[in-house]
Amino acid sequence: MNISRFFKTIFMTDFVGGLYMALKEFFKPKKTINYPFEKGKISPRFRGEHALRRYPNGEERCIACKLCEAVCPAQAITIESAQRVDGSRKTTRYDIDMMKCIYCGLCEESCPVDAIVQGPNFEFSTETREELYYTKEKLLDNGDRWENILDANIKADNIHR
Amino acid sequence: MDYLSIIFDQVYKILFLLIPVLVSVAMIVWLDRRVWAFVQKRQGPNVVGPFGLLQSLADALKYIFKEMIIPSSSNKVIFILAPIVTMTLALIAWAVIPFGATQVLADINVGILYLFAVSSLGVYGIIMGGWASNSKYPFLGAIRSAAQMVSYEVSIGVIIINVLLCVGSLNLNDIVIAQKNLWFVIPLFPMFVIFFISALAETNRPPFDLPEAEAELVAGYQTEYSGMMYAMFWLGEYANILLMCAMGAVLFLGGWLSPLEIYPFTLVPGAIWLILKILLLFFLFALVKAIVPRYRYDQLMRLGWKVFLPFSLIWVVLTASFLFYFNLLPTN
Repeated sequence: MNISRFFKTIFMTDFVGGLYMALKEFFKPKKTINYPFEKGKISPRFRGEHALRRYPNGEERCIACKLCEAVCPAQAITIESAQRVDGSRKTTRYDIDMMKCIYCGLCEESCPVDAIVQGPNFEFSTETREELYYTKEKLLDNGDRWENILDANIKADNIHR
Repeated sequence: MDYLSIIFDQVYKILFLLIPVLVSVAMIVWLDRRVWAFVQKRQGPNVVGPFGLLQSLADALKYIFKEMIIPSSSNKVIFILAPIVTMTLALIAWAVIPFGATQVLADINVGILYLFAVSSLGVYGIIMGGWASNSKYPFLGAIRSAAQMVSYEVSIGVIIINVLLCVGSLNLNDIVIAQKNLWFVIPLFPMFVIFFISALAETNRPPFDLPEAEAELVAGYQTEYSGMMYAMFWLGEYANILLMCAMGAVLFLGGWLSPLEIYPFTLVPGAIWLILKILLLFFLFALVKAIVPRYRYDQLMRLGWKVFLPFSLIWVVLTASFLFYFNLLPTN
């Protein structure tokens, strides 16, 4: 054992240095946030809960092209479609199994009319599994509720696409 | 009627000591978690009550309502007795801690010996818990803990001899009064450091928390415990930590004496000074928990037997010869 190591051990310089470091960190601002009371910043590209959007006149955007159903790697989306009286093709059923979904964002990418999007909401835990089988009504309802933010996010992200 | 009033008087005194101790144990758990979090730049518990002060009470409430599971192959009597023993031993030691010249529950002549004996007995709660669980991890934890606590008790005993050489009395109040001119932390600083580290080992705090090393032993001797029994282990452990801090404050930091015998300091009652000193020591305990990694078992044993014991023994000889040479030995 050489001399410097001996003195280091006797006077516990490393330990005292560590203690000083801890004391310094003690007074620094905290890196964590009080989650339920304050939330972190979310990117416009954040892939959260799904929503089906409408046009400003209230018409559903979805044209039942089933691209999202085809691209979905978890096969979480189920779509059935029919022709409406006015001749346009619309979905009669649009289900997303949120337990299968892996939140990859491919449905959002594939959609030609920006109908299915993933919004900023990540707090949709439920007490039963059944509540996580999202139906068309639930998704449209989500779209209506989050439309302002969804629209702003799409506009903000548009230049990168 | 006379006996009754004496008993009533004693019970009143005991409650007057125990309730603040129990409340401060709950607060100290909060402080521990909070300091730990702050060093890691986290917030720590801050939701229940102002600054999260009531977190421990919420935890205690949770433990009370939880089911107590007693393993079917355990020795039930000892299994239930173990947390009670731990808790009781951690609390009865407070009887001799002086909070002021007269504010002490039992001003006995062998106060420091009593304190030492009770803190040595503390290992029984852990051994009983580990053995009665009849399960491998608690048993390993209990064995480790027994070896560790016995080893470090030896060096604490020798450190206490150092202090006693300077005081000439086993009474804790005499020890405090002997530091009127100079706190023992200054002449006996190396002993204070060793006492602090031994106290960490004695109370199973990191870096010496081998008995409950979660990476190896799940939770050591507490593995099979649940509900209120677990909470009692937990309370006993923190009461023990607080006791060790109080012991350090009394032995080295001048107990209830104010740091300077001048006007504004002497106004503050001695109990407050003692509490402040205990808190200072506990703050160090909590900081150390945040910065050090756990010792390996052989390193722990080496430190106890091959470093601390010889060093403190040599220091006893040095102290004794110094006192003898300069004729400073206490005369009473």
